[in-house]
Amino acid sequence: MFGTALRTSFTALRAPLRVPATALASPSLAFTRRYISQDARAKIQQAVSSTPVVLFMKGTPDAPQCGFSRAAVQVLDIHGVPAEKMKTFDVLADSELRQSIKEFSDWPTIPQLYVNGEFVGGCDILLSMHQSGELDDLLVKSGVIPPEEPESSNQTQN
Amino acid sequence: MPISAANLEAAIRAAIPVAHLEIEDTSNGCGENYAVFVVSEAFEGKSTLARHRFINEVLKEQIAQMHAFSQKTLTPAQYQAHLAKQAA
Repeated sequence: MFGTALRTSFTALRAPLRVPATALASPSLAFTRRYISQDARAKIQQAVSSTPVVLFMKGTPDAPQCGFSRAAVQVLDIHGVPAEKMKTFDVLADSELRQSIKEFSDWPTIPQLYVNGEFVGGCDILLSMHQSGELDDLLVKSGVIPPEEPESSNQTQN
Repeated sequence: MPISAANLEAAIRAAIPVAHLEIEDTSNGCGENYAVFVVSEAFEGKSTLARHRFINEVLKEQIAQMHAFSQKTLTPAQYQAHLAKQAA
């Protein structure tokens, strides 16, 4: 009865599909790479599709619990990502999420940024995209922020 | 078991040709936080995300034991531009 739902979420597996080979090659890796449940996967898929910008972080935007998460929040703030288009999830408040998001994204660290359901990267990538201007391009192209306007520079201060 | 910088360096060098490598222990010596800066021709034509995924995979076991890990990945050409910019 879950046929369709399973197939749909299965296509979202992408990268983790190559996990079995490495897990077999080295037994010790099987410990660090567990499969997350279909349920956890569906929940995350739902979460990353629910809002244009989704950030998995440690703590909250008002009280980040890690410098990397703080930096990610600050960068998104600088670009003027509107609150209604952004959602953050505190992985410290949900230990299952903390583990499963790493496997869902095939990414070992927090924070993790998604834009329109697509994984963008972690803190390093976010910062380098911020510096190069790619982040602005991505946010504009994704319809998260309007194309640059004269007064947009004022909005970066708050 | 703390991860040593030498361990990270060996793993990276075994995986790709390295033109320049900096490994910084950002933990004040407890071996839990590292920042690596890798310059390699292997990154040519790869997106930043793909480069980072590659390094994450190479250092998978080490990263799993760390508290924090940060990376910067450039091609030799990008590195030259980076140096020129710093010198300017």
